[in-house]
Amino acid sequence: MTSEKKQKGGWGLTIFLSLFSVLYVLPIVIVFTNSFKKKAFINRYPFTLPDSKSFVGFENYIEGIRKTDFFNAFGTSLFITVGSVALILVCTSMCAWYITRRSNRFTRSVYMLCVFSMVVPFQMVMFTLSKIADMLRLDNPLGIIFVYLGFGAGLAVFMFCGFVKSIPLEIEEAAMIDGCNPLQIFFKVVFPVMKPTYISVGILETMWIWNDYLLPYLVLDLKKYKTIPIAIQYLKGGYGSIDWGAMMAMLVLAIIPIIVFYMACQKHIIKGVVAGAVKG
Amino acid sequence: MERSLRKYSPIFILPTMLAFFVGFILPFIMGIYLSFCEFTTVTDGKFVGLKNYIKVFQDATFLHSLWFTVLFTIVSVIAINVLAFAVAMLMTKGIRGTNVFRTVFFMPNLIGGIVLGYIWQLIFNGILQYFSRTLTYSSKYGFWGLVILICWQQIGYMMIIYIAGLQSIPGDLYEAAEIDGCTKRQTLFKITIPMSMPSITICTFLTLTNGFKLFDQNLALTAGQPSNKTEMLALNIFSTFYSRVGWEGVGQAKAVIFFIIVVAIALIQLRLTRSKEVQQ
Repeated sequence: MTSEKKQKGGWGLTIFLSLFSVLYVLPIVIVFTNSFKKKAFINRYPFTLPDSKSFVGFENYIEGIRKTDFFNAFGTSLFITVGSVALILVCTSMCAWYITRRSNRFTRSVYMLCVFSMVVPFQMVMFTLSKIADMLRLDNPLGIIFVYLGFGAGLAVFMFCGFVKSIPLEIEEAAMIDGCNPLQIFFKVVFPVMKPTYISVGILETMWIWNDYLLPYLVLDLKKYKTIPIAIQYLKGGYGSIDWGAMMAMLVLAIIPIIVFYMACQKHIIKGVVAGAVKG
Repeated sequence: MERSLRKYSPIFILPTMLAFFVGFILPFIMGIYLSFCEFTTVTDGKFVGLKNYIKVFQDATFLHSLWFTVLFTIVSVIAINVLAFAVAMLMTKGIRGTNVFRTVFFMPNLIGGIVLGYIWQLIFNGILQYFSRTLTYSSKYGFWGLVILICWQQIGYMMIIYIAGLQSIPGDLYEAAEIDGCTKRQTLFKITIPMSMPSITICTFLTLTNGFKLFDQNLALTAGQPSNKTEMLALNIFSTFYSRVGWEGVGQAKAVIFFIIVVAIALIQLRLTRSKEVQQ
């Protein structure tokens, strides 16, 4: 009975949703086709395919990579994202386990502060944070990793705490009787059990840090280091008008790593989003 | 376990606590203090009482951006949630190709705000030039442009959360409704929506705070043009800090007001929708 129902409405809705999906990816396809067109044609005829008159091959890419120093920006972005996420995962999970297992006034207030920090908009601390980071010489990729640990700790600690509460205490007590110290308990017993939460938190923090514009823009020494979003925004500055040829090419180069990442771990990303939402 | 944990506390919590202090607590407290000061860097604050706050409310650009943000948030929250819920309903009907559609709809969410802004700037300007207009011709275009952009980005994310919610509704409720002779409309309003209240709470919370905090997309799509008419709160605060000399104190006061608004909205919204959730 139910399967019959599915068969009936199935194709009409499938076609409707297919059209809708095509519409959904169209903006990205348009950017892609425009990245192979001459500058003058991009603004005037953005919806035509490149033809013999407007086709320029990889000229926009070469120009864009030169102007933005794209591969440097890519390296900086990658370093900051991987470093920050790794540090956040290790440090905050240890912290979350500790404050959940030792319940006193101090650890409870740490937890409340973490929850509180999730609601605070970045603009609230933007100016003071960038000045403090300057004073402490955190204006380089290594320093910004530390800043991200501080600013990303709220969400991560919150999510890890939620999971730690569901781990039965008996396992850890058994490990302790067997002579494990807390570090061994954490890395040999708790760490393996928490794997799904690590993936969820890791995905959420990666999505945030890779795309973040304002924090690195304010903290990093921009003469030396740029992340991808900053490099793209810089294409606009200075000249007054935008070099749309280079811009299209850079947008494509910025989207490609994201799509590769998405295709590689789509299942985990969707699970991570759901887990993050349920906890939040 | 308590005692042995205490010995190890530095290893477990010190890195996170230190970063959290430098990256969040210290800038936050300094931010509140400095909103009552006149300053150019964080160390030369001179106490001036409520002067900054008075200036904030005399600043026409701030009031306009507040109004613009409120309007934008209301429209985008309704549009995103209604559309995402509708799409999620379709996605749980077992239509052919559901997995592909889900993948497509979620994808824009991974792309950063700066990149999204430039993608859509190209598209909108391309369409509007048929009417010999540009995106920055009128603030109306900027407003609806931002709404379309934000829908495109966030529908997929909210859809994922709604799908998880819809799938957790027990099937026997629908069976009982069918036996009792419910119409489709009654089933939707009496069963599906009330049972989805937890995910509606989460999604409205996320879209509300995202809408209020929107910055990257605003900066890349219109940068507040024409003449700051499409400037949202976050961007208004940013430009008060960095392009008006001597206004740092006012910028910080705006940031504090912004923070209070966001927290107030979050608390009110959570209370309102939580009270509508049904016990399962």
